[in-house]
Amino acid sequence: MKKPLRILIGKPGLDGHDRGVKVIARALRDAGFEVVYTGLHQTPEAIVASAIQEDVDAIGLSILSGAHNFLFQQILSLLKEKGANDIAVFGGGIIPEKDIPALKKMGVAKVFLPGATTDEIVKWVRKELQS
Amino acid sequence: MKNKFTTISSVPIDPLYTPENVAALNYEKDLNNPGHFPFTRGLHETMYRGRLWTMRLFSGFGTPEETNKRYKFLLEHGQTGLSVAFDFPTLMGVDADQKRAAGEVGKCGVNISTLKDMEILFDGIPLDKVTTSMTINGPASVLLAMYLVVAEKQGVSWEQIGGTVQNDVLKEFIAQNSYAFPPDPSMRVVVDMIEFCTEKVPKWNSVSISGYHIREAGSTAVQELAFTLADGIAYVQACIERSMKVDDFAPRLSFFFDAHNDFFEEIAKFRAARRMWANIMKDRFHAKSDRSMMCRFHTQTAGCSLTAQQPYNNVVRTTLQALAAVMGGTQSLHTNAWDETLALPTELAAMTALRTQQIIATESGVINTIDPLAGSYFVESLTNQMEKEANTYIEKIDKMGGMVQAVKSGYPQREIAEASYRYQKQIDSKEKIIVGVNEFKTAKEPPMETLKISDDIHEAQTRKIAEVKKKRDAKKVSATLTALKAAAQNNKNIMPPLCDCVRAYCTLNEMMETLKSVFGEYHDPGIF
Repeated sequence: MKKPLRILIGKPGLDGHDRGVKVIARALRDAGFEVVYTGLHQTPEAIVASAIQEDVDAIGLSILSGAHNFLFQQILSLLKEKGANDIAVFGGGIIPEKDIPALKKMGVAKVFLPGATTDEIVKWVRKELQS
Repeated sequence: MKNKFTTISSVPIDPLYTPENVAALNYEKDLNNPGHFPFTRGLHETMYRGRLWTMRLFSGFGTPEETNKRYKFLLEHGQTGLSVAFDFPTLMGVDADQKRAAGEVGKCGVNISTLKDMEILFDGIPLDKVTTSMTINGPASVLLAMYLVVAEKQGVSWEQIGGTVQNDVLKEFIAQNSYAFPPDPSMRVVVDMIEFCTEKVPKWNSVSISGYHIREAGSTAVQELAFTLADGIAYVQACIERSMKVDDFAPRLSFFFDAHNDFFEEIAKFRAARRMWANIMKDRFHAKSDRSMMCRFHTQTAGCSLTAQQPYNNVVRTTLQALAAVMGGTQSLHTNAWDETLALPTELAAMTALRTQQIIATESGVINTIDPLAGSYFVESLTNQMEKEANTYIEKIDKMGGMVQAVKSGYPQREIAEASYRYQKQIDSKEKIIVGVNEFKTAKEPPMETLKISDDIHEAQTRKIAEVKKKRDAKKVSATLTALKAAAQNNKNIMPPLCDCVRAYCTLNEMMETLKSVFGEYHDPGIF
């Protein structure tokens, strides 16, 4: 039997908004993924360390604080530093559309905007990780 | 035709309500005239004919200098009270110059690290002329101390100043997540503040018991009502255990609710809250003074109801929600700006939000008579139903040993996560419609100008802390922090030594770390 895909869902920074992240974590779990949720207030270092330790296939980040440019960059650089840049990074939150091209260039695989359904996210993760 | 009609919280609604639905209603016992127990129809005899609600827009961004300018702008345009939004580092007790603050300084609110920042924030704003609400919880005691010292420096006595500090730490564990210490020491700090304000700052609302964040985290209207009042019960209980007299402190407890989309459900919630709190204070806590029984509340329209799609529609949503708050008898109101789902509001968007309230107050005519929906078969039976269901929750929490225990077991957190997930599924399946999101969509929308917070703020604030540290008396800093620690260890009220720390220009984080060294630190258990 194929090993189920593992996803780390994280909340970097001091941002306390966790309604969305909990819905996503649960939707992915209900869809059959193994979900590791870090809880709130994690540093980029802690997120990368748990991603490597838990041997995850992807990291999903929820950021509603306006610090997305900074935090995605931090996490992507740390992954690279540790030679773990095969882990796909995606995310969502309050992220202006005009910031997306730069985030993609940075290496963020996908940014979900408000209004994305849980089905849409599940489908994308499945497709991305199986290809 | 649809065969199932429900509120946004999934409460089934009948096609028609008749006198039968309210046959058991006893006017004097269940409603009574405004200003009279149980206050269902409003807290004051004259309500908005005597005095309008306070128009209080929550605002704060970037540096204290920028926010000070916005406050002056809002006051010039007829706003009647201030409400401070702090950034995440401040909310979490982290200074701007610390690594953990990187990327978030000044982003979601104003950054305050020392008394210097607070002096700038209220520069030219006489604290005896405005009332100020501060949304701060984990470090509430520190920010209150800073406000008190600013008043002192302005030559305004503590007896004269009025305002509110949110300081509702139980709902932080339940929903908003800007906690600092574990539940038990957090409760001790809240009681210290209530005790201190009762004695020294008599016009200050020492806690704003908040349902807003519970609702925004995804609860139903009934859960919002029940968990908020259960939090209130826990605070009153804790004060009584400290040997305080209920009528001495209870008049200064205030509340804060959400005004969501479902018009009648929200009005019923506000009316039920007043009646329930009056009965709780009278029966459970044997309050004698009417003022102890009054559920005074601030309302904010629902941030979570705003959509990034077709954002101008948010003006309409906010108007309906604000109207529900006014029909529900709120004491003060924040209306969201149309762009707040994308960023902090631009000046124009914030002004439109204020104008929305002014239009309701002056043009719509709804303030002409008090509680105009009383006696409606539907509104009265919905009010009764909310009360009944909320009481079932409160009984359950009582059985667990009260809200502090319930929070430790994760009970309200799980109930909310469940409701929130259910609601998202209802949106995904179009069982619930949100205009512009899952129905009535437009293909391409023009981009919207939003407020951009500069990344330089981090540097500016860091520089300011360095200057403060250079100028302050290091001996005073260490002496006041030592005294703070001793008070925390020896069960002495922490407010007087905190005020001394603030006067010595200790930083927010220095004070918080000192307290954490005694009380410990709370971490999110990550329940989902």
